[in-house]
Amino acid sequence: MASATLTPGAALGSQRVSEDVRYYEDVIRLFVIAAVFWGVIGFLAGVFIALQLAFPALNLGLEWTSFGRLRPVHTSAVIFAFGGNVLFATSLYSVQRTSRQFLFGGEGLSKFIFWNYNIFIVLAALSYVLGFSQGKEYAEPEWILDLYLTVIWVIYAVVFVGTVMTRRESHIYVANWFFMAFILTVAVLHLGNNVNLPVSLFGMKSYTFVSGVQSAMVQWWYGHNAVGFFLTAGFLGIMYYFVPKRAERPVYSYRLSIVHFWTLIFLYIWAGPHHLHYTALPDWAQTLGMTFSVMLWMPSWGGMINGIMTLSGAWDKLRTDPVLRFMVASVAFYGMSTFEGPLMSVKAVNALSHYTDWTVGHVHSGALGWVAFISFGAIYFLVPVLWKRQQLYSLRLVSLHFWTATIGIVLYITAMWVSGIMQGLMWRAYDNLGFLQYSFVETVAAMHPFYVIRAMGGLLFVAGALIMVYNLWRTAKGDVRIEKPYVSAPHKTAVGAA
Amino acid sequence: MDLDSITIALRSFWTVWLALLFTGIIVYAMWPGNRGKFDRAAQIPLKEDGQEF
Repeated sequence: MASATLTPGAALGSQRVSEDVRYYEDVIRLFVIAAVFWGVIGFLAGVFIALQLAFPALNLGLEWTSFGRLRPVHTSAVIFAFGGNVLFATSLYSVQRTSRQFLFGGEGLSKFIFWNYNIFIVLAALSYVLGFSQGKEYAEPEWILDLYLTVIWVIYAVVFVGTVMTRRESHIYVANWFFMAFILTVAVLHLGNNVNLPVSLFGMKSYTFVSGVQSAMVQWWYGHNAVGFFLTAGFLGIMYYFVPKRAERPVYSYRLSIVHFWTLIFLYIWAGPHHLHYTALPDWAQTLGMTFSVMLWMPSWGGMINGIMTLSGAWDKLRTDPVLRFMVASVAFYGMSTFEGPLMSVKAVNALSHYTDWTVGHVHSGALGWVAFISFGAIYFLVPVLWKRQQLYSLRLVSLHFWTATIGIVLYITAMWVSGIMQGLMWRAYDNLGFLQYSFVETVAAMHPFYVIRAMGGLLFVAGALIMVYNLWRTAKGDVRIEKPYVSAPHKTAVGAA
Repeated sequence: MDLDSITIALRSFWTVWLALLFTGIIVYAMWPGNRGKFDRAAQIPLKEDGQEF
């Protein structure tokens, strides 16, 4: 890390001072704590439902612990609780620094976002367990919770955009563009997909306003763009701020970042219909979704190249800085899963892959490899900064976390590839009399070993996260582990010269 | 021609307008005169922000 250079008169209180700018960090610390907490809960929930698939007795015979109710608890916990708190923490941290401005609305508004968003998470999880759901994937919360979330989200938009508008930096840094696209689009998606009619004023139950295939199309316009703007644009904002920050070099090409942003914005919104291939959705709409999904290769790979090439000339940091390794590996996973996604959107491939475990594997290579890894990188970067520590408790433990989690992901996605393709092939196999060769339950039985491997992969991922919790806890306490340091600078130059 | 019919006529060419808008963005991003501006923008996260202590 760079040498200790303090601006004269800078205070080390909760609001650090640089020049005449104050930054609000109390709320960022809260968001980081919540992100780590929900991460562990969400990963554990994932392992539990993975084990339920392998060993159905774990449904425990109770409605509240059945797979159908716990599955949205897992998805909401990892996407909205873990991912959401990570996005709040990183976006509200970096927007202050790239705008050289205190959070708009002062301490009150951002604290309001923190408490209410996390209360929303708890209420949503409770409602799923008790059996309330709109039955729309990733949009399960019922109408009253949707209204609550809308209020929170509008305030988030006011705080973020307000900070950008009152900035003291003439240019709006690219990370802020991605964060603003994420905030705006998620607002539009949330409102569009939750146009529901409550059955009664004081009841939870509601029905969607549109019905049939239109409802399905609205749902997957929402669902795919939740991936595109929540899990992609938002986390690309993290990439564009935290990778240059950690690598201590500017982004590879700022021009490419502008082109990356606008191509992603123009193309992503049209890709949703690929979730509805070979359904009642008109053929032209399916083809449109497929075409735009394939075109998405370009911005995805442009962005990946931009992220990874930021390290060009400093590749040795991959060896000596496991935090940066997390970030760069996440961008590599981003490249891999955004290669796989367009491939699976092609109708001929989709005919094999759809409704199989291949989809589940694809989602997790993106969610674990890209979203979680860039989050871990950002959290490892943020905790020493926010708790005013010189360094992390242990970089060796970060490396241990990295390898544990990576092996976990590899077990997970390879098991799901094999299981998914096998499942798809078994479903379409005919015998020589033209009858389907396998009954459905035979395909389920064949998947059992892969379900066990998947759960083991998930367990490794949780183990890695617990290593992170320990490391962050000791870092916050101010401890530094006595360990073999990663090779220092003089040695690096010697290697470079050789 | 009232305003409504003009709007409808223009709207039917939305692919063209979006393509033009996108071309404009590419030209803006690649314009040689903007190079210095973008180089400075890329340095924004790396500026002294009181993070070192």
